[in-house]
Amino acid sequence: MSVVKLESSDLAQIARPLENIVLTSPVPTHRRRSRVHVPRTVRRIVGPLIVIILWQVVCSAGVFTSYEVASPIAVFDAGRELAVQGVLLPNLLISLRRVLEGLGLGVGIGVTLAVLSGLFRAGEDLLDPVVQAARAVPILGLVPLAIIWFGVGEMPKIFLIALGSTFAIYINTFAGIRSVDQKLVEAGETFGLSRWGLVRRVILPGALPNFLVGLRLALVGSWLIVIVAEEINAQSGIGYLIMQAQTTDRTDIMMMGLAIYAILGLLADALVRLLERRLLSWRRGFAGS
Amino acid sequence: MTDLRRVTPFASMNGAAVVAQNVQRSFNGRDVLRNVNLTIEGDQFVALLGRSGSGKSTLLRILGGLDPDYQGDVLVPERRAVVFQEARLIPWLRVLANVVLGLNPRPEGHPALRERGLEALREVVLEEHAHDWPLTLSGGEAQRVALARALVREPQLMLLDEPFGALDALTRIKMQSLLQRLCARHRPAVLLVTHDVDEAILLADRVAVLVNGTISLDVTVDIEKPRNRGDAHFIELRERLLRELGVEEAPAPSPLASLLHARPRPEHEGAR
Repeated sequence: MSVVKLESSDLAQIARPLENIVLTSPVPTHRRRSRVHVPRTVRRIVGPLIVIILWQVVCSAGVFTSYEVASPIAVFDAGRELAVQGVLLPNLLISLRRVLEGLGLGVGIGVTLAVLSGLFRAGEDLLDPVVQAARAVPILGLVPLAIIWFGVGEMPKIFLIALGSTFAIYINTFAGIRSVDQKLVEAGETFGLSRWGLVRRVILPGALPNFLVGLRLALVGSWLIVIVAEEINAQSGIGYLIMQAQTTDRTDIMMMGLAIYAILGLLADALVRLLERRLLSWRRGFAGS
Repeated sequence: MTDLRRVTPFASMNGAAVVAQNVQRSFNGRDVLRNVNLTIEGDQFVALLGRSGSGKSTLLRILGGLDPDYQGDVLVPERRAVVFQEARLIPWLRVLANVVLGLNPRPEGHPALRERGLEALREVVLEEHAHDWPLTLSGGEAQRVALARALVREPQLMLLDEPFGALDALTRIKMQSLLQRLCARHRPAVLLVTHDVDEAILLADRVAVLVNGTISLDVTVDIEKPRNRGDAHFIELRERLLRELGVEEAPAPSPLASLLHARPRPEHEGAR
């Protein structure tokens, strides 16, 4: 075997001139994890905090009069004032109780209806049109009727809240039941699950993600309704406090009431998130990047 | 929902695990099964071959009680289990709960049932995954859980619907030998539906071919186990089955032949 010696000029013809090749990580920049780990709770508070700071800055700059918009500090002071007078907590608890009772009733009714029309074709044909029609009726339009039917006590408020949360629960739970994979139902059947076992182990857990979406909507909806119900006919509750403040031109108290609703909304959302984490830990979906 | 009662339980006579006679099934006027007759002995492993759409899965679903709308007579044991092509594990139940799904804890109690489930997972070497979520498993692992879920019922009849069809080639080989071991230990009657001729010859005592809605060929595989794909009988049977399926396989090229007939290089490749 003979070895052919190559001159450097020959080599240049065979091999391309060496370039500087820039190497990079296969992971795109936006997929790389940030090095600083900020706890999730802290990160979720940052957004609202920025809003509050902006609000304070705008107020301190004198863009609005204190009659038009109360600053966060004034709102906080108003809250403290009412708390010291012993007015805040009882009214808050009453509103909370109304929401919980109404929501409990609404979730119960909504889930029952959704299960009936989700599991049975006959149930769907019978119930679904009724629910869809009732859903189209503006609930706040029912306020005067609710007063005629139930008087001015707790009943009309709970009725309205229950009604408001039922539909969100119904629509989502129904969709959840119907989206359960037929293949899983078949698998459950072949392995000897009874009809009730199938509902309990396969169909209802499969509908759970959708139910929780409905619960989020229902929570928000029920706070919306409780404030209206309390402003129209009530001698207690956060909505009542807001109405009282309007008659005395206390913008700070009015905005404090609204702030309480906002905080409660945030807490309710955190509660549902906790539920989702606990109940849906089996999921391996896209969780955002 | 399917009514499982349509498949009537029977007292096993002469040791048969499946008796199907004159089974017919049509979908929207199209006959998928015309006249199927199939008997499977108590501990026999039968592979059912057919092209896709030949109705082999339809037959399996009828035997599994998932399709009540057939004509003909079908008898199957009460204790039977299905393994589908996809594992079909319930995503919100942990692996162990999936394995014991639908089993009645009453005679022995929950701890004993749990132990039985763990034992089945041990058999498929997945015991340490007992408390994992199904969606965290690989395809092969999920399918092993599905096997454990079938075995834990101590089925008299195992129905396997292309159980390894979705797995990669390497995992499939492992699963085939696992299945062989498990069947040797538990000795259920098995109906394996597959379109993989090699798999059928490798595993089965008998191979049936479904063509045009009837069983056109039903042969006993008398090749000694463990079977070897290179065995002359193996190759002969493979060709016979492929012919039955309407596939003419070109004779395997020898290394020399591939050198003599070097493939011409496609033009677009040369241009690069």
